[in-house]
Amino acid sequence: MFGASGTTLQMGKGLNVTTRDEELQAATAKVCELEWKTALGRAAGVLVILAGILLAAGLCTAGTRPDNPVPCIFQTHSTPADSIDRLSRFVLSITTLIFLVVATLLTYAVMKFRSKAADAQREPAQVYGSTQIELAWTVIPILIVVVLFLATARVIHAIQDAPKPAAAVEVTAIGHQFWWEFRYPALGVVTANELHIPVSDPAHPRPTFLRLLSADTDHSFWVPQLAGKTDLIPNRVNEMWMDPHQTGIFLGQCAQYCGTQHAKMLLQVSVESPEDFEAWVRSQKQPANQDQKEMADRHVFETTACVNCHAVAGTNATGRFGPDLTHLMSRRTLAAGAAKNTKENLRLWIQNPDAIKPGSLMPAMQLTDADLDALVRYLETLQ
Amino acid sequence: MSAITSPLAQTPEAWSLPYRGKVGMACLIIAESAIFTIFVVAYLFYLGKSLTGPTPREVLETPIFYTICLLSSSLTIHLASRFLERGKRSAFLGLWFLTIVLGGLFLFGTGQEWHRLIYERGLTISTNLFGTTYYSLVGLHATHVTVGLLMLSVVLLFGLAGRVGHEQSARVEVLSLYWHFVDAVWVVVFTVVYVLGR
Amino acid sequence: MSSDVMAIQTAEGAARPWVETLHEWATTVDHKRLGILYILYALFFLVVGGIEATIMRIQLMRPHNDFVSPQVFNRMFTMHGTTMIFFVVMPIMFGFANYLVPLMIGARDMAFPRLNAFSFWLTALGGILLYFSFAGGSGLYGAGNAPDVGWWAYAPLTSRAFSPGHSTDYWTIALLISGFGSIGTAINIIATILSMRCPGMKLSRMPLLAWMTLVMSGLVLISISPLSAAQIMLVVDRYLGGHFFDTQAGGSAAIWMHFFWIFGHPEVYILVIPAFAFASEIIPVFSRKPIFGYPVMVAATVCIGFIGMSVWAHHMFTIGMESSANAFFVLTTMAIAVPTGIKIFNWLGTMWGGKIQVKTPMLFCIGFLFQFLIAGLTGIMLGAAPFDWQLGGSYFVVAHFHYMIVGAILFCVFGAVYYWFPKMTGRMLNESLGKVQFWLFLIGFHLTFDFMHIPGVLGMPRRIYTYEPGRGWDSWNLIITIGAFIQGIATLVFVANLVFSYFKGTKAGNDPWDAWTLEWSVSSPPPDYNFASIPMVASRRPLWDRKHPEDPDSRYE
Repeated sequence: MFGASGTTLQMGKGLNVTTRDEELQAATAKVCELEWKTALGRAAGVLVILAGILLAAGLCTAGTRPDNPVPCIFQTHSTPADSIDRLSRFVLSITTLIFLVVATLLTYAVMKFRSKAADAQREPAQVYGSTQIELAWTVIPILIVVVLFLATARVIHAIQDAPKPAAAVEVTAIGHQFWWEFRYPALGVVTANELHIPVSDPAHPRPTFLRLLSADTDHSFWVPQLAGKTDLIPNRVNEMWMDPHQTGIFLGQCAQYCGTQHAKMLLQVSVESPEDFEAWVRSQKQPANQDQKEMADRHVFETTACVNCHAVAGTNATGRFGPDLTHLMSRRTLAAGAAKNTKENLRLWIQNPDAIKPGSLMPAMQLTDADLDALVRYLETLQ
Repeated sequence: MSAITSPLAQTPEAWSLPYRGKVGMACLIIAESAIFTIFVVAYLFYLGKSLTGPTPREVLETPIFYTICLLSSSLTIHLASRFLERGKRSAFLGLWFLTIVLGGLFLFGTGQEWHRLIYERGLTISTNLFGTTYYSLVGLHATHVTVGLLMLSVVLLFGLAGRVGHEQSARVEVLSLYWHFVDAVWVVVFTVVYVLGR
Repeated sequence: MSSDVMAIQTAEGAARPWVETLHEWATTVDHKRLGILYILYALFFLVVGGIEATIMRIQLMRPHNDFVSPQVFNRMFTMHGTTMIFFVVMPIMFGFANYLVPLMIGARDMAFPRLNAFSFWLTALGGILLYFSFAGGSGLYGAGNAPDVGWWAYAPLTSRAFSPGHSTDYWTIALLISGFGSIGTAINIIATILSMRCPGMKLSRMPLLAWMTLVMSGLVLISISPLSAAQIMLVVDRYLGGHFFDTQAGGSAAIWMHFFWIFGHPEVYILVIPAFAFASEIIPVFSRKPIFGYPVMVAATVCIGFIGMSVWAHHMFTIGMESSANAFFVLTTMAIAVPTGIKIFNWLGTMWGGKIQVKTPMLFCIGFLFQFLIAGLTGIMLGAAPFDWQLGGSYFVVAHFHYMIVGAILFCVFGAVYYWFPKMTGRMLNESLGKVQFWLFLIGFHLTFDFMHIPGVLGMPRRIYTYEPGRGWDSWNLIITIGAFIQGIATLVFVANLVFSYFKGTKAGNDPWDAWTLEWSVSSPPPDYNFASIPMVASRRPLWDRKHPEDPDSRYE
């Protein structure tokens, strides 16, 4: 059905091309004026992208700031993220090479084969195709695909099928609309939004393995510098791991649209030295401060429906719908990163959550000023 | 004034293309098959995953008689179509009517089974995963049977009014293709629900 | 060689009441008119979708902006995506297919003209219903009720528990309706191509546009249906108490994803293959050479259609599938790059050794070639699953698919409009305005979508109505917004060109571009009956044969 019946000629470098005899005779090498306009436009576009990528790379590597506020995927500090970084650079180099070759050919073609006004009447050689050329530009891409696939499959296996060492810290992360619940079952710790994990020495690895669950809709745990993202899906258990090599605070946020306040479901991972981590665990395991002086304030907490949603260890507040508040003051932010943890913000959050995070599931409690002040005083004791 | 004709073009000896009605129906069947496939996949995926409630084994009864009705209606419609091609209108009408009766019996059987399942065994579309997938899959099929019966009835009415003859046989055949499709889907649904699923 | 329009005097000259014209258009079953209706419908929604995008870009111009509330923003990205895919690109592709396929294959109309009209009006109704959501009902959040669940409508966000009110239902029902319209058109196209070709036009002699439309229609048949099925299931869940996606009853959120993306991935090929078709018609004419490797182009398109059905879970690399499953989808995703790359090379081969005329249609196609190349390469990056674990769900993906849909597909659409507007209206679009539009749009496009890759690399997820300052995202977002405005201005230039040229453009004649396919053999616009007598063809380029009787194509095929 598709048989090409035309003259097959040898052209130049041994390429077989099907064309018309007469027009080939007529076609002679012409001197071409270079028309820059379109080519320049193309080149400009290319340069813009390259510049952008270089700038981004520059940003990523522009000094290591203490708290790593730019969550760049190329500035990695953990084995899964490192493997991905290496694979990415490999893939990027191949795709950049392909781009340079093909874009150069396209630019050349557009420039060299522009029609000149003088010669517009005669049609050029009508070339229909070339089996040889088609084969070449089929086989080479197939080889590239095989190489890319093998490199990728290796990294997939290395990350997803990594065994869990006995020393691993186990955390269960439960995604909520719009906050993160973190439980350390072996250590007896329950907290929210700010994850603390120990740094992992490559000689004696102590990775953190997260079990990812969801209480409601889909979410995704993404802290770029420590690992690729993995989703939290209701009625499904996912696993991921990270082994940070450097202490510090690493930022991320929910990466799967989960509802109104998806944008403010922020993540903060504190990677700490083993001693600091142990100290943190110890303090988190303590039940809440039970200061006699604060009895009246705590009474407000216990009788204005807070306990329906929130838990404070050591009291009769055992609500699990909202974040555990036992050590609320040990966190730097409120409402999953939506506001700094200050007295004013805390008061505002309780009085009118919509002012900070409209659409979050924390209701405005309609409290009197006196009750509000008492509550805030009480919460501030939850160190 | 010559038509646009290439200098070397000659009327091809046999320039015949497929009948567009058949092509159109084949396309519709492909699209519908894709829809049914998704419902079948959902049914199979959720087998055994219901958290509560009656299981297929506990409540399903294999509808042998009504299946035979539906599948033999494929035979009757095929015969009807053939008779119409040869211009034998009364034979066509008789068999066509029989097809509708058999299809109607199948629907009646489905209705009867659903009544039993809902009122005697407590299985509804919202009971559990099995209920949801069962009623959706069988219901989707039953809807297609209903639409088919409506179309068949329209043709029957036209036929009784003397307007369906040999000239309409191509179109009637296209409709019978749809009916065969509906029967083929039932073979799949039957196998998945009453054979594999238990 | 005069045209074959019979000189029939009609009452065209006398002024007709506008109601009559309106009635004619509303009840038309003529493929050309339906094609134009589709295209106008799509261009209208292009502007609407563009406004939605502009609203989002203003909100994201700087961190913690309060131009719109999160509720409104979430509706914006949902409606923008849904509109652009279902009510802009799909209708415009169906419009061009409707207009061109019968003309190109020497037929008088589509196989089923009434089904054609019915399908158009179904699609139109879908769009209207979707937009009625802004006004209809009273949702949980107050005035307006447009869907806000994202254009993929992931479960269980779409369950009654998390999406009370009717916003999700507008999404579901509107797309169900327009989906049936799409299936109807696909059936029509396939039946037309298989059953209505003029004598001599074997499948191997069809214009590539016809081939690619055929593949695209086949894909519509088997991929829109899964979406319809999933949407029916969603309605069962929301209104009949079903549990298809009810995770509390043991249901699976992931199965919605599978069903959706089994539609969603072939959908992008449905969007892009007609763009390939336009490029494959325009590039040869403006290079003055036949397409390089016609059989390979057909084979590659068919391959893309098949392989494209097997890659869907590359949209789900982060959901925690087994490593072997992830690896499988990496393989199929990378494999599809092969036939895709082959096409780029064939277009290159077409231009090579040609005499390229850089008129506006060709300008847009040249832009398409570069941008499609880049979009395809970022697609390869995303296809490497671990790389996707970082880049997926971020602005890098948003940049990638906009590079495809705007940089590749929309550019080809613009090229197609400039190329076939003369045929449809009898007048040329203004070249100078076309070049202004091109350069403006190019600058705006690159400002927005080149730089959009960067926030993704720097950790910015998608679908967020605001972001934290100091994460390195601020300046890039500002630049992206500026580019959006420039594209908006370019689009206005385009609309102005359309309107101005419809009334005042230079007359086009039958064949302004000196092209080779059958649509250029009839008048511009064509008569209602297309051809006075059905043509007979002996090659892929019947008009080349006619213009070069001493050396017809038929000798070489």
